[in-house]
Amino acid sequence: MPLLNTLPDYVLTTKTDELLNWMRKSSIWYMLFGLACCAIELMHTGGPRADIERFGATPRASARQSDLMIVAGTLTLKMALRTRLLYDQMPDPKYVIAMGSCASCGGLFQLAYSVCDGVDKILPVDVYVPGCPPRPEALTEGLLKLQEKIMSERWLARSSNGVAAA
Amino acid sequence: MSMEPLQIYERVKERFGDRVLEVSEKKPDPFIVIDPSALVEVGTFMRDDPELAMDCLSNESGVDYKDRIEVVYHLFSYSRRHGAVMKIKLPRDNPSVTTLEEVWKSANWMEREIFDLLGVTFEGHSDLRRILMPEDWIGYPLRKDFVEPTEYHGISTIRESPIIRLDSKKK
Repeated sequence: MPLLNTLPDYVLTTKTDELLNWMRKSSIWYMLFGLACCAIELMHTGGPRADIERFGATPRASARQSDLMIVAGTLTLKMALRTRLLYDQMPDPKYVIAMGSCASCGGLFQLAYSVCDGVDKILPVDVYVPGCPPRPEALTEGLLKLQEKIMSERWLARSSNGVAAA
Repeated sequence: MSMEPLQIYERVKERFGDRVLEVSEKKPDPFIVIDPSALVEVGTFMRDDPELAMDCLSNESGVDYKDRIEVVYHLFSYSRRHGAVMKIKLPRDNPSVTTLEEVWKSANWMEREIFDLLGVTFEGHSDLRRILMPEDWIGYPLRKDFVEPTEYHGISTIRESPIIRLDSKKK
């Protein structure tokens, strides 16, 4: 017999992990951080037409208050060190979206002497969004994929060998 | 009144004689090559001469021709509405030339860029540092014999391409 139906209206049952994850995924604050032309699409995604804020994602002007870093644009070697520093300043749990070809693999500028071929050389990347640049819809899809990933994480449950499963 | 480039070069040649090494009439961009040691004098003359009045150094760039390095100056006069191109040739080993910062202030950053990417030293420059590349970068990337380092601060600069890997399996 489903438990939910036997309870009064004001009672909701769920798993603790799912409740925590649901809250986390519904308030992803991404860092106000753009590197090149992808940053224009990133701004557009935050704007009224694509309106990524309806999924709870809002730009945050400080690395120390951000959950998500969207690497939007060509990452030069000079910037790579600074990007790593910003990533290190973000509190855990933190996520990275590599937006566009350049951030994913160096893209058009892969063979250039000054370009870091993909942000995954310096940071762990959760979601890659292809495109040059990706449309706001594509970035929104990337955010939804990240939400799926967040929902699948387990923080409290322990596996049989006593190690946290997440 | 504006002047044609060749008229401008004639006037410079009249004044400096042998220190103008070459006048090229090649279209669409005729240019003069001058002696690097006369650079500041020629620059000051072209700026201050009332007929020429080159009040703007619109671009300064460097070119590596494998046997020499050239520095190219694009000059423009807002008051006279005419322009000119001036070049100097430098040896490839330790290229060095006097700065034109005292003549046109805009030379500052453009000379830093040429220093950064081609390794030309500008004597007398007020702030000759790298402008685009990181300060600990080694080498001059726009030199034809520049070899890309395999890593920078532990970041590898080579990315294996899956397309190439598929091709080599086929062979």
